Amino acid sequence: MTKTQRLTVLSVLTSAVMALISGFGTAHADTWQDIASRARGKTVYWNAWGGDERTNSFIDWVGQQVQAQYGITVRQVKLSDTAEAVSRVAAEKTAGRDEAGSVDLIWINGPNFLSMKDMHLLYGPFTQLLPNYRYVDTIGKLSNVTDFTIPVDGMESPWRLAQVVFNYDSARLKEAPRTIEDFVPWAKAHPGRFTHPDVRDFMGATFLKQALIELAPDKKRLQQPATDADFAKETAPLWTWYEKLKPLLWRRGEQFPADGPAARQLLSDGEIDLSMSFDPAEAAAAVESGLLPDTIRTYTLSGGSIGNTSFVAIPYNSPHKEAAMVVADFLLDPATQAHAQDIRVLGSFTVLDLDKLSTQQRQLFADLPTSPALPTNADLGSVLLEPHPSWMTRITDEWMRRYVR
Amino acid sequence: MDAAIRQIGFRIRSLIPFLPKPNLRHAVGLVLLCVLGIPIAAGLIFTLLPAFGYLPSIGGHTLSLEPWRELFSYPGFATSLRITVTTGLAATVLALILSFSFCAVVHGRMRDRGADGLLAPLLAAPHAAMAIGLAFLMAPSGWLIRLVSPWLTGYTVPPDIATVQDPWGAALVTGLLIKELPFLLIVILAALNQIPVDQQMRAGRALGYGQGIVWIKIIAPQVYAQIRLPVYVVLAYSLSVVDMALILAPSNPPPLSVVAFKWFMAPDVTRTLPAAAAATLQLFVVAGAIGIWRLGERGVAGLGLWWTTRGGRGVSGEPGLKLAAALGTIILSLGLGSLIALAVWSLAWRWPFPDILPSTWSLDIWSRQAHALVWPLGNTVVLAAVTTGVALLLAIAWLEAGDRTGRRDRAIPWHPVYIPILLPQIAFLFGTQVLTLKLQLDGSFLAVAWAHFLFVFPYVLLALADPWKALDPRYARSAAALGASPTRTLIRIKLPILLQPIAIALAIGFAVSVAQYLPTLFAGGGRVATLTTEAVAMASGGDRRVVGVFAFMQTLLPLAVYLAALVIPRIVFANRQALAGRT
Repeated sequence: MTKTQRLTVLSVLTSAVMALISGFGTAHADTWQDIASRARGKTVYWNAWGGDERTNSFIDWVGQQVQAQYGITVRQVKLSDTAEAVSRVAAEKTAGRDEAGSVDLIWINGPNFLSMKDMHLLYGPFTQLLPNYRYVDTIGKLSNVTDFTIPVDGMESPWRLAQVVFNYDSARLKEAPRTIEDFVPWAKAHPGRFTHPDVRDFMGATFLKQALIELAPDKKRLQQPATDADFAKETAPLWTWYEKLKPLLWRRGEQFPADGPAARQLLSDGEIDLSMSFDPAEAAAAVESGLLPDTIRTYTLSGGSIGNTSFVAIPYNSPHKEAAMVVADFLLDPATQAHAQDIRVLGSFTVLDLDKLSTQQRQLFADLPTSPALPTNADLGSVLLEPHPSWMTRITDEWMRRYVR
Repeated sequence: MDAAIRQIGFRIRSLIPFLPKPNLRHAVGLVLLCVLGIPIAAGLIFTLLPAFGYLPSIGGHTLSLEPWRELFSYPGFATSLRITVTTGLAATVLALILSFSFCAVVHGRMRDRGADGLLAPLLAAPHAAMAIGLAFLMAPSGWLIRLVSPWLTGYTVPPDIATVQDPWGAALVTGLLIKELPFLLIVILAALNQIPVDQQMRAGRALGYGQGIVWIKIIAPQVYAQIRLPVYVVLAYSLSVVDMALILAPSNPPPLSVVAFKWFMAPDVTRTLPAAAAATLQLFVVAGAIGIWRLGERGVAGLGLWWTTRGGRGVSGEPGLKLAAALGTIILSLGLGSLIALAVWSLAWRWPFPDILPSTWSLDIWSRQAHALVWPLGNTVVLAAVTTGVALLLAIAWLEAGDRTGRRDRAIPWHPVYIPILLPQIAFLFGTQVLTLKLQLDGSFLAVAWAHFLFVFPYVLLALADPWKALDPRYARSAAALGASPTRTLIRIKLPILLQPIAIALAIGFAVSVAQYLPTLFAGGGRVATLTTEAVAMASGGDRRVVGVFAFMQTLLPLAVYLAALVIPRIVFANRQALAGRT
């Protein structure tokens, strides 16, 4: 991008923000059209974890849609870990590549978002520019604006919701643990039939965080950064509990599936009877696509479970920011969100506030198919907020210190 | 071009009288030095500096040992190092023993070309695909246990035993053997063509030795001397493999190469320092292992010489050889079974334990993946075709230059062109990435092609060097006597006679390019997706059916090229038996 071009973009963006502030709807529409016309013909390299086939297919579908509607090509860069994209942008900043970066859009949240925000690797705030952002539920779904206790500040745009749930095979299992404390007696009765993903993976760490929220003496403390003294005090009951559970896990707790999908594969193969997931509709969708038997049921813990939002963010050095914004906006389109919530597609719960939609738009959600494995909103219970990311980092380190030999 | 170089050369010669007369070999050498030498030297330097704390971009301006302290105090470090050393050495020793025994038992009964056809799928299949298939075959819920469950074992749910990612790394060793055994077999069969095996066998038998003992005492040492370089390549590779280890090796803690890989990929850039230290240690481990291996060679040679000169009849080598050959057969069968398992999974809809075959079959996964396959498939084909094509041209130029300067040196292991395949990839790819970043090439197709070339060229040269040198020089002399220029001789005589080995070298280069995981990832910045990067990324996703589609395509592609390489010379030279490779 030349200097003049950069200035043009800058002035366009400034005027867009000005228009928003002064509330001129028409000017806003023009500006967005401006952005959309600049986006035409560009290619968006969307860096997204590639371990889930349905998500990959969904991204592929998004690519076909934005190609048809906006003339934008989407290339998914499939990551085996989102951190790869973060380190790539960090490496580019290190090398002084401030303009022609290789990443245009990242599927991101939590610790990765925090480290990109801290290192000033993100472009934005941009979400207020997206026409469809007005439908986002920013009050009922708090994780849309607070990502792991970190204020989002418009630096990332939400696109799907996640909540910790457990899946079990009702053909083999009659009762499943309903609280974190229940896990120990349950595992005694079913040794080797449950495991959590490796704690170095966010899913495994999330299992321990879920336990921590239930076991910590002072739960409010978890919303602030962890300190040495507090960490020892708040996590002491967690480790006592885990010492009892670990030897009763699959492979006697000496080996763990690499991540959530690997644990789901174990459930599918019958190596375990109970697994955790970060997506209430994952099991229903997996049954639909043949990945799990139709006897799988999904439930959550009686005291509620951790929930968070998946976002997309734009690196500061993306050469195709306008096109990336168009894709982020397309993801928030009520029609897209309804398509994503279809269990035959993704099954992920929407980030939008259905009350803000028109009757017609709401009908799209009402018409979606259902499944016995799909929990109702009432089944899901209350959503607990993620602790500050420092707790997760420390839990992972402490777990490694204790159990990796 | 040649003339221009000569002119420049003459000017330099007038300054430095000791400089040898520049020729084609120097020109090709210079090109190779730039294309191979610069990225590797830069790669090593840019890895070594951060290993000692020097990485100005994150504030490391002074040399320190802190990264090493961090590496050594990392939980499970000692176990990581132990797994790396034991699995790497075990895989190499076993691959060597099994391949020699296998050749001893089947040689004479099996014609080379038949062996080629049988081994082709195993040679062509990328490591990652093989690992994915093997993981399913060997898992407690895998195909092998399903075959005997529940009627024999009584298992209605899979047993809770670690048969994959086991703490000893046995699954990783098995996976490595599946890939290295066919490679060594091909190399040994080629080496055997240089030795009058039948005569020596008759002489040995006449002196009262059993067939097995003649093989061990007389033939094996001669073969080994010829295949030393491939053995070192196998050793270096086994010690530093990443893609296979991600799938088959224990993960708690993982081998050293995986530790380095994960740190390089971590979002926290300060992790680059201990990652570089781990990568450097990996380099030392490989160098040390090759050193120890050489000492071991001397020890074995001394013992063997004593044993051979001592005479001694009546000992039979047969039972041991047959046992090892049987083990080798099992390994090869596991390899073929893994590939079949991938194909079956790609056609499954549901395949629950303990069913031996899918309960529901479907082409749905193929049709749904068709769109997602196009881009990585195109990248894979173009990358492989371009790098192999360039590598072949340079290899021919290099060998022809050797002929013209009258130097017919053997492929000694220490020749610099083989360095890329003797170094652990993790030890210099990060540094190479820094170089491509500085050149503004990172994430480009060119950077990935270049990274592939580093590994494709040595293998193509390795495959072509021996047949080239074995070419009877009288053909070229006759052509020259009839007035043909060296270039005309090359095009009209040498290349057509060498069509078969050239085709094989192309197929090997193609397979090497398709299999590259780390180079594609580091140089491509993830933007150049190939079937291999997609398959490994998806192997973590737990949908075996989709992984099956990608891994199957990943195997099919190089296999098709390999079979074409075997068949095309036979069609072209349908009326010239010897040239068609039917000797």
